[in-house]
Amino acid sequence: MSIEVHHLTKTFGTFAALRDVSLTVLSGELVAILGPSGSGKTTLLRIIAGLERPDEGSGPILFHEKDMARRNVGDRQVGFVFQHYALFRHMSVFENVAFGLRVRARFSRPSKQQIRLKVQQLLSLVQMEGMAERYPGQLSGGQRQRVALARALAVEPKVLLLDEPFGALDAKVRQELRRWLRRLHDEISITSVFVTHDQDEALELADRVVVMNQGAVEQIGTPDELFHHPKTEFVMSFLGQVNRFHGRVEGGKVLFASITVSTPRLEGAPAGHARVFIRPHELDLDLQENGRPGLKAFVLRIYSAGPTVRLELAAESGETFLAELSQDRFQALKISAGSTIFVAPRDLRVFGSGNGR
Amino acid sequence: MRISLKQHSVLPGFGLTLGYTMVYLGAIVLIPLSALFFKTAALSWGEFWGIISEPRVLASYRLTFGASLLAAGINAVFGFIVAWTLVRYPFPGKRLVDAAVDLPFALPTAVSGIALTAIYAPNGWIGRWLEPLGIKAAFSPLGVTIALTFIGLPFVVRTLQPALEELEPEIEEAAATLGASRSQTFRRVILPAVLPALITGFGLAFARAVGEYGSVVFISGNMPMRTEIAPLLIITKLEQYDYAGATAIAVVLLAASFLLILLINLLEWWSSRHHRKGA
Repeated sequence: MSIEVHHLTKTFGTFAALRDVSLTVLSGELVAILGPSGSGKTTLLRIIAGLERPDEGSGPILFHEKDMARRNVGDRQVGFVFQHYALFRHMSVFENVAFGLRVRARFSRPSKQQIRLKVQQLLSLVQMEGMAERYPGQLSGGQRQRVALARALAVEPKVLLLDEPFGALDAKVRQELRRWLRRLHDEISITSVFVTHDQDEALELADRVVVMNQGAVEQIGTPDELFHHPKTEFVMSFLGQVNRFHGRVEGGKVLFASITVSTPRLEGAPAGHARVFIRPHELDLDLQENGRPGLKAFVLRIYSAGPTVRLELAAESGETFLAELSQDRFQALKISAGSTIFVAPRDLRVFGSGNGR
Repeated sequence: MRISLKQHSVLPGFGLTLGYTMVYLGAIVLIPLSALFFKTAALSWGEFWGIISEPRVLASYRLTFGASLLAAGINAVFGFIVAWTLVRYPFPGKRLVDAAVDLPFALPTAVSGIALTAIYAPNGWIGRWLEPLGIKAAFSPLGVTIALTFIGLPFVVRTLQPALEELEPEIEEAAATLGASRSQTFRRVILPAVLPALITGFGLAFARAVGEYGSVVFISGNMPMRTEIAPLLIITKLEQYDYAGATAIAVVLLAASFLLILLINLLEWWSSRHHRKGA
């Protein structure tokens, strides 16, 4: 089932949580809403679920082209997973999962055997067989979140909404659960939307990502599009690590940190003050000047524990920035803290005062 | 919470604190209570039975326990509503209302008794409206129940408040997304979660009501067989220097209260069995 929302606005008192947000989620898609805290992402999700009402004058909320804006939460057939699980603590895992079936009106309620069977199926789907008699207090965070997911799926929702589903878990469990959720989604192919502030999570898990900032949508696209073709400065700096320099655009060239670079990637930046973005892995390092426009920099610190080596560098103009290079290249260059090297940008993006937000 | 003497603890002094607990409980609670039993022992079984099976005494037990249970029950319902309102909704004057809940704690019981009597008496503010309806509030078992409800309210509200605060609003939202109606959410999710606290509050309100004397004697009218509570009978016997008779009534009151409170505690323990499993 597809989800469409049009021109949503939501204000809490004087705070504009959402400003004219429109969004389409295709049937069977897994979409991430990504943004810093306070960007309105959770509010958007809660409005889709029906837990919050949009302001008067907002457009419709369409589930498979049917307007749901006036429907109650219970009638929307959504599964909602909360950041802090919101499990019923006085109920066993089994009772928690069965809850949505037990509260149905008598004529549509499944029989005891059917409920038992259904719950067992769901528990094996979320890999929690044998835990049915446990209570939420006896489970780890990851297990609780899986129970919460099984509980949400029990009512056979048409749409699955997850609010920071891995937010309260530690890094390792997060990664495992993330991949597991992706596989689960491919298996049951239910239209899903999840909210996160973690860019890695969004880029790794989602088919498409909606980047939000200050209550508005910055850009919608596949993880690839967003990472390689960010439309705004915010998207550029929010996704992945990036170095930012202040510079000027003059005659089709950009000047920053004592170098001048001509680049086709001026993104329409007009002449004048501009901000230059370079990702750490887009910097080439060398011990000698090699003819390309490069800047001289001092090595401040080296982080070599990892698949790549990261260097913290200081330009002559005083700006500090990060560069990333392979372990092999690092060995070949024989750099140590305090060395002087030459840095040439392979790629960069320029945002002027006109198109940057 | 199994603490053995051998278990190492960051805070030492288990022996000291346990010793202190025993001495303290002994001096303040157990020794005075045992004196009650010694005094009663002066009576033979026959005399003892004769005193406690007097129709007037039996009637007072019925009133004391009946009205106390009823009052605690009323408080469980309305105290829940008060606690819920105070926890869930912001409204102007909330702190004042919150403080007003404690008034029955703070007021000397005789003062509350006189105030209640003045209001519920046939010519009082509320009593005069009840009179034409054929409802006699003051000087009737109803009046006793009103007084006991008044003094028991804070116990229910104050024990429920923390339990309700602990309940995240998300679990209600979760229930709603799963298709539960409001009443289903209340019955299946909210009530079971706060039931242990509710039972504790009920137990405390009940215990307080059984022992209440000051506020009741004014509003009840103290008519033998009708509106005489057991604590009043004890005082009456004491005034007649019938110490053994007074203690006999008291022993039964004590034993019955102890059994009922034990039962309530067991119920509370049973209803909170899931909360103790893990966090």
